[in-house]
Amino acid sequence: MITVEGLTRAYGSFIAVNDISFECKPGTVTGFLGPNGAGKTTTMRVMVGLTPATHGDVRIGGLHYADIPNPGLHVGVLLDASAQHAGRTGREVLELGARTMGLPSSRVDEMLDLVSLDRREAKRRVRNYSLGMRQRLGIAHALLGDPSVLILDEPANGLDPAGIRWMRGLLKGYADQGGTVFLSSHLLHEVEQIADEMILIGNGRIVARGTRDELLLNATGGVHTTLVTALDNQLLGAALTDKGMVFHPAGGGLRVTAEPVDVGRVAAEKQIVLTDLRAGNEGGLEDLFLELTADTQRDVLPNEAPSDEVPA
Amino acid sequence: MSAMTVPATLDVSQTATVPFGRLVRVELRKLADTRAGRWLLIAIAALTLLVLIIQLSVVLGQDLHPKYIDFLQGMNTPMGVLLPVLGVMSVTSEWSQRTAMVTFTLEPSRVRVIAAKFVSILLISVLALIVGVLLGALGNVLYGVFSGNTVVWGSAGKYAVYYLLLYVFGMATGFAFGALFLNSPAGIVIYFVYSFVLPTIFGIAAALMNWFESLQPWIDFNFSQSGLIDATIAGRDWAELAVSGVIWLVIPLAIGVWRIRRAEVK
Repeated sequence: MITVEGLTRAYGSFIAVNDISFECKPGTVTGFLGPNGAGKTTTMRVMVGLTPATHGDVRIGGLHYADIPNPGLHVGVLLDASAQHAGRTGREVLELGARTMGLPSSRVDEMLDLVSLDRREAKRRVRNYSLGMRQRLGIAHALLGDPSVLILDEPANGLDPAGIRWMRGLLKGYADQGGTVFLSSHLLHEVEQIADEMILIGNGRIVARGTRDELLLNATGGVHTTLVTALDNQLLGAALTDKGMVFHPAGGGLRVTAEPVDVGRVAAEKQIVLTDLRAGNEGGLEDLFLELTADTQRDVLPNEAPSDEVPA
Repeated sequence: MSAMTVPATLDVSQTATVPFGRLVRVELRKLADTRAGRWLLIAIAALTLLVLIIQLSVVLGQDLHPKYIDFLQGMNTPMGVLLPVLGVMSVTSEWSQRTAMVTFTLEPSRVRVIAAKFVSILLISVLALIVGVLLGALGNVLYGVFSGNTVVWGSAGKYAVYYLLLYVFGMATGFAFGALFLNSPAGIVIYFVYSFVLPTIFGIAAALMNWFESLQPWIDFNFSQSGLIDATIAGRDWAELAVSGVIWLVIPLAIGVWRIRRAEVK
């Protein structure tokens, strides 16, 4: 539904977005991840025609954004929740959008209900809104025209944990109905639970992409690891060595270089009681994210070994 | 609708472009839906009324013999100062408040948005003219009632046309400066320099240099508009008005629109 081809945006000698290509499919949520300044916002701005591309092409449903008639009815956009007139009421912001799109005022009420802004809050001026309320207002604005594509820049920014969970449900439901969602974030955990596909960007380039599982596998160089704890770890260790599996002690258990199913099979054969067995590269995604985008991180990360602790 | 049946293209065959009239109505609404905008409109009306009251009390107190055009001239002062501010802000507030990002995603044709804004301030000019003409008439009638003198109307229809042009020029010049600078303080300050400081400088230059005196009407838009204010405009004055108007209104507006079309909206 969204096709980005060889997109480059340069500011003089600074290249904000460097030859990126990807696609977002209907019925899916695509997460666009990267640290601040990686080029996420620039990419989204080019998508909706606010910034011209230096090279490359972006099409939404086969069309350039500028060629979509009454685009609010097709593409919901939230680029910056703070980009609203501070002196307008929340309701008026939606009213202007609804009128431009040719929608009745009742649609404004529906959207206010959807994002849980009550009538009293809607009458307040945006100046007095918290970031979370502005974000809800922005999401309401993006959804006004019942679009089939959503482009949201950092939509979870400023939302409280309950708000983030609410938004996750909202976007998931939206994609399940066939909508296309493209959202950015600099926080992995905001995205990994809803995104069907993730695109990691750093320094204006796509550094990795794929489903969560694909990225996880990549994170460990294609090697599966398993975290396992048995009543008798020594016995289990001996059994694993017999099968030629490599392991290291990790916290109260073992980290094994193998898939959980194989470790479980070994334990079953030897009738070893396990208290915990799971895929061991969960933390790998975060490590991957930090590693891939390390060049663009503003903070120097301590060069620590991956955490080996097994939580009790 | 299920994920399986959704095509990866947008079906826009049933969607019409946003009609221009709707864009104009939205832009008109934006002029009055913030506290700043609403108060500016109220201030223009209130100051105009105040000036009329002062003028009426002065002419009655000093036993002067004003005509209808004198009342129109009196009200031109508050209108002439404040309408251009509204013109500036109708463009620049989208930038200072960053709402241009939303406006241009809902209507990607920036030229259409700017045109809708321009039409909205033209409509405000017409509204201002109606208010001005009626208040001026009220002032003239009240003058007749209180003084007992004969009321002089002159060519009221011609005045209405001239004052409409004045209001339109004022607002449009403000609009052009706003589009040129895309910044409220800069637009307003430059407009005031243009409309208050520059005429003085041009006046001094004309007094000192003969050659400049003959040039001034062609390049001083404020000067060439004075024939509209006292309704004495005739013949070559119109040509001077047109030439100076191109310099101070058409060229800045053209550059401003070109700039907005190309600007990266942040």
